[in-house]
Amino acid sequence: MIQLDAALSDLRRARRDDDVVITTMAAARSWMAHEGGMHPRDFVFVPSCMGHATSIGLGIALAQPQRRVIVCNGDGSMLMNLGSLVTITAAKAENLVVIVLDNGVYEVTGAQPTAGSAAARSGLGAVDFAGIARASGFESVHDFSNPDEWTRSVERVTRAKGPVFVHLDIEAVPGRPGPRSPGPAAERAQAFMRALGSAST
Amino acid sequence: MFSGDQIASVLTGSGISHVVTIPDSTIGRWESAIEDSGISLVRVCREGEAWTVAGGLHLGGARPLVMIQCTGLFESGDALRNVLHEWRLPIYSFIGYRSYLNQDTLPGDTTLVFTEPILSAWQLDVRLITEPTQLETIGEHMRACRVASRAGVALIAEGKA
Repeated sequence: MIQLDAALSDLRRARRDDDVVITTMAAARSWMAHEGGMHPRDFVFVPSCMGHATSIGLGIALAQPQRRVIVCNGDGSMLMNLGSLVTITAAKAENLVVIVLDNGVYEVTGAQPTAGSAAARSGLGAVDFAGIARASGFESVHDFSNPDEWTRSVERVTRAKGPVFVHLDIEAVPGRPGPRSPGPAAERAQAFMRALGSAST
Repeated sequence: MFSGDQIASVLTGSGISHVVTIPDSTIGRWESAIEDSGISLVRVCREGEAWTVAGGLHLGGARPLVMIQCTGLFESGDALRNVLHEWRLPIYSFIGYRSYLNQDTLPGDTTLVFTEPILSAWQLDVRLITEPTQLETIGEHMRACRVASRAGVALIAEGKA
């Protein structure tokens, strides 16, 4: 298993300056807490409508095809919007990377198991997110449970021709708090648009 | 009530770059004309996605429009709330008003009970479009909302006419 903070630290090292990185839920909390601080093209999707980080990412990727967009999603969030994987492949978003950080629980609400976790599916085993991605039309699909392998592969995987789907087997840490918004959302949207060069004024 | 070409003309006149949509039997007939006009169509799987894909497009500098039926509006409330009210992204939408023009012959569709109160509850700037003569009203409303940088809705009656 991979620790969430370590997985995202690896992603920070691989991230290029012009990349957009979208985080939500536990990933947002971890991303904001990192000593490296925030980048102007970070989009912390807090407050959110749970499940929609992939859809926000698709929209940005379609509007800015020259830029790589990396979405750090949770497994609970992914389950809420599985259809977005089909939408992403239909839209042929070659610059989009979806990373599912799968700890099997709704961590920010007290670590209740998701319906996709092995704990909630006696005898069935955990849902195969990588398999779902392949069946949805993703051709670049990667699955990691070994932290060293992720560390060695993160740059190659996140720069592959997309859309790219990455599943990471993440260690659950019950009791960690949910993410707090780093500031007023509307003001952050404007700042983010300026960082993308997409603000009208 | 409107042809695809009429709707495409309104959209191109307003500078719309992407239409994010799930069809119904009225708005679905506009798809080919919209695509032929050069606007990109983004087909989503559920209406909630439409608001957030459109939100991302707006953040990236595009000018998207959401086109869904009122039943999809009912499904997509949390995404609408987040995109339009928390992030305050001024996304314009066409919402098909199911059965509005069939109230005499097909009574009892509860969409007629809930659509307008729900739009009111969401505090959206709505223009109800019930006549073919109101095509220009849609364009004017889109322009007014863009100038004011606020979200808006053209609630377009569907049915027999």
